[in-house]
Amino acid sequence: MVGSIAALGAGLAVIGVGVGIGLIGKGAMEGIARQPEASGKIQTSMIIAAALIEGAGLFGIVVSLLGL
Amino acid sequence: MFEATSRYIIIAALTFLFAPASLKAQDHSHDDQLESSTHETSQLAPADEGHNEIHGQTVDEKEFEITELIMHHISDSHEWHFFDWNSQPVSLPLPVIVYTKKNGFSLFSSGRFHHNDDGAVVHESSNGDRFIKVHDKIYLAEEESINNSYAHFSDSHEVTNTTPDADISITKNVFNMFLGAMIMLLLFAGIIRRYKSQVPKGVAKFVEPLVVFVRDDIALQNIGEKHYKRFTPYLLTVFFFIWINNVLGLIPGGANLTGNISFTLTLSLLTFVIVNINGNKDYWRHIFWMPGVPYPVRVLMALIEIVGVFTKPFALMIRLFANMTAGHIVILSLISLVFIFKTIWIAPASVILTLFIYIIKVLVAFLQAYIFALLTALFIGQATQEHDHH
Repeated sequence: MVGSIAALGAGLAVIGVGVGIGLIGKGAMEGIARQPEASGKIQTSMIIAAALIEGAGLFGIVVSLLGL
Repeated sequence: MFEATSRYIIIAALTFLFAPASLKAQDHSHDDQLESSTHETSQLAPADEGHNEIHGQTVDEKEFEITELIMHHISDSHEWHFFDWNSQPVSLPLPVIVYTKKNGFSLFSSGRFHHNDDGAVVHESSNGDRFIKVHDKIYLAEEESINNSYAHFSDSHEVTNTTPDADISITKNVFNMFLGAMIMLLLFAGIIRRYKSQVPKGVAKFVEPLVVFVRDDIALQNIGEKHYKRFTPYLLTVFFFIWINNVLGLIPGGANLTGNISFTLTLSLLTFVIVNINGNKDYWRHIFWMPGVPYPVRVLMALIEIVGVFTKPFALMIRLFANMTAGHIVILSLISLVFIFKTIWIAPASVILTLFIYIIKVLVAFLQAYIFALLTALFIGQATQEHDHH
């Protein structure tokens, strides 16, 4: 039973990360559409932000894996 | 001169790669032991017990343990297992180097354990130490065996044998790391020679844009013009080392090196040391005594910033580890769907999904190397930038 709860935790962690990265993608696309010449800089900061959010999500996944 | 030596290295590398075919364990005298151990495990599992007499079928009819298979695949090992041929494992045995305070070092091949992984085969070292291997970990053997195993288990199925005082074996991951380092060495030593005529040729054409990318888009942008030249070599090394090892891990049968927490720990420790050694006065003042905020807040900020010094490299470590491990787990789980549903009709979906994830993983292999180098550059930039003060 512990195993299934741990998997649930991983799923919950992914929800947050998915929403977060989705919002970043939305923001970046809007920014690029408005200012195509700044796309390089926007992409870099988009990837940094995505990596940081993903890191937070992966903490959750690792913890739930430990409980598996 | 150099060409000749590099050719020797390539030949040596190739012999290493193809050695397993000749090293394949042909020792049939231990078949009995192997057989009896599979008997025991299959009797423990509630699989069909009717066919236990015939060796070979017992293996097939053992219940498919998906978690065990995946965990075995992503963990480190003392031998490089490729595949089973006629229910004989084909693998490259790797050297075991262990140290005990009492008797000193012993060095022997993991082939001495004859693929046994539950402590039934004892290797007696020349200095008198007796070793067994249980779940890919080396233990000291107990005096007498219980259930045909020199390992003793506690009630919660944990091995109670003492471990050697130090285990610095060349395991699968270490071997893979050497391989990655060797590829890097050959690649870049070869590229240097291609620059004799100013215009890059061959593989240099492929690598030059990447080097320029790391230098301009990662180092220069985040560290700043004044200091970036000092740190570009480290960033390039980290970038290519992680990338090459990520890709090596993606090759079927490759070791999961970048998904090993010790490996990522070492890399992030290097970043931690480099960032903090190069931190200037401003960096430390912003940590311990943040300028421009009220005094009570400064104390609070100092606490948070001190924690931040450690969480940044910690996040680097976890990010690479979790990304690569998660990727391996997903690929293996998708392939295992066929065995879970026990029908071949799930195979097309499983293969297409695996292919899809695999292509994403190729992207992630690059992206993770990029992010590691980028965040390292960002931290170095924070530590070395000069603030013009208020």
